[in-house]
Amino acid sequence: MAYSEKVIEHYNNPRNVGSFAKDEANVGTGVVGAPECGDVMKLQLKISDAGVIEDARFKTFGCGSAIASSSYVTELVKGKHIDEAMTIKNTVIVKELNLPPVKIHCSVLAEDAIKAAITDWRKKKGEPVAAPDKAREA
Amino acid sequence: MLKTPVYMDNHATTRVDSRVLDAMLPYFTEKFGNAASRNHSFGWEAEEAVDRGRNQIASLIGAKSKEIIFTSGATESDNLAIKGVVEFYKEKGNHIITCVTEHKAVLDSCRALERAGKATVTYLPVDKYGMVDPDAVRNAITDKTVLITIMWANNEIGTIHPIAEIGRIAKEKGVIFHCDAVQAIGKVPVDLEKAGVDLASITAHKIYGPKGIGAIYVRSKGPRVRLTPTMDGGGHERGMRSGTLNVPGIVGLGAACELAGKEMPVESERLLQLRTKLQAGIFERLDEVYVNGHPTERLPGNLNVSFAYVEGESLLMGINDIAVSSGSACTSATLEPSYVIRALGINEELAHSSIRFGLGRFNTEEEVDYVTDRVSKEVKRLRDMSPLYEMAKEGIDLKSVNWKQ
Ligand SMILES: Cc1ncc(COP(=O)(O)O)c(C=O)c1O
Ligand code: FES
Repeated sequence: MAYSEKVIEHYNNPRNVGSFAKDEANVGTGVVGAPECGDVMKLQLKISDAGVIEDARFKTFGCGSAIASSSYVTELVKGKHIDEAMTIKNTVIVKELNLPPVKIHCSVLAEDAIKAAITDWRKKKGEPVAAPDKAREA
Repeated sequence: MLKTPVYMDNHATTRVDSRVLDAMLPYFTEKFGNAASRNHSFGWEAEEAVDRGRNQIASLIGAKSKEIIFTSGATESDNLAIKGVVEFYKEKGNHIITCVTEHKAVLDSCRALERAGKATVTYLPVDKYGMVDPDAVRNAITDKTVLITIMWANNEIGTIHPIAEIGRIAKEKGVIFHCDAVQAIGKVPVDLEKAGVDLASITAHKIYGPKGIGAIYVRSKGPRVRLTPTMDGGGHERGMRSGTLNVPGIVGLGAACELAGKEMPVESERLLQLRTKLQAGIFERLDEVYVNGHPTERLPGNLNVSFAYVEGESLLMGINDIAVSSGSACTSATLEPSYVIRALGINEELAHSSIRFGLGRFNTEEEVDYVTDRVSKEVKRLRDMSPLYEMAKEGIDLKSVNWKQ
């Protein structure tokens, strides 16, 4: 399959690869996917008390499109309020990266990862958790 | 100087050897006759070429030349063998024995017969090296069994099955034995007579010949094997496969067989050395790499390895100037990981991480060094990006994690 230029660019120069300490109070961690399915995405968000995403890190086991999706998402969420970040749809990722239909699920994974990370942070803060709970401790 | 891209996917197809091409070329132009034209020199010339091709193939695989029937390739040969035998011997029975790691041309032919209510099929499992147990073949035989179909060597993991043993069992029980020998012929010694194989599938494009030409070996004596043709028409090839013969293709297949026979002792040794070097180089640079397939009973040019914690398609993307293939789900149209790797019973995640290196006649040591280096660097980079690698390094047992989709 031919990859879009943007996928290749993110794949070659992924943004914000890495990890924050999971137990830090202002860090929300989302791990979605499963190794048997061939894709696991870990997204971590550093969130201020006001609910603004200050920084993001990812690690992804998955195809190039999955890596590109998570890399893009780390850029996309930075500076956004979590309420806004919660509304990010995978279609934004599909459009930005020009993903073909078979790679749409990779973008869904990235959307899920955002929600899971924010949910994890809210839990830590003792806030009510609205979204479906996809966060889990690894 | 090393030229990129490097082709290391010789189980998928091979480059036509220039000596094969040279042999073929006149049969497109000056010698274009129809081998079935009996009354002029154009036809005779073509027929002569076809006879020569038949002899060249037969002598490589321990067959008589009249036992070679030309087809369009191994997919057709597999279909013809399986459907042709089941149809012809339907009074005798309707049971087929095969194994789970066969090529799709075999598995889907079996499934088609099952769906049509024409056969029942036993799909034997393989061991962790991808090998079938001859005793399991023996135990699966019933009085309704009309066909055993087991490949000589697997196209993904290179494992070589105990064909002669299965052949002995088939003879003893009086069951016809078909073998998809596509990946073995020309790579390792194949003697169909000695191995007790009754039907065998062959294709030219895996042995440095052209695409779209193949053959099926049909045993003529002890037993004489019969087939119901799937192609009706002019009754070519002793009525088993109608259609004007692809003379240039046959010349190419014949020349490819002759070359393969001549060069096999030296070439297989050379490929084995390259494979050993590639494997040693990768293992030296990386931890947690696992070989898929048999440690010794395997094709000399095949190396199939899983790079734990790295998804195969992303690795292919990182080494995009190297042509290899992966068993990863992300590379397949169905988004299912390779059924061959999964049949080995290894951890499912490792199926997604598998890469097949197929070394061939035109690969060089320089290419092996280049591939070793590129692959190792890319695996390291992707592992630094892999949450699974991180967890494993933290001592988390990935199996203990409650993954939810
Ligand atoms: C084991 C095996 N059988 C059958 C085939 C199909 O051969 P062909 O491409 O000639 O139809 C292949 C190659 O794809 C193969 O590797
Ligand atoms: S992670 Fe499998 S297709 Fe993207």
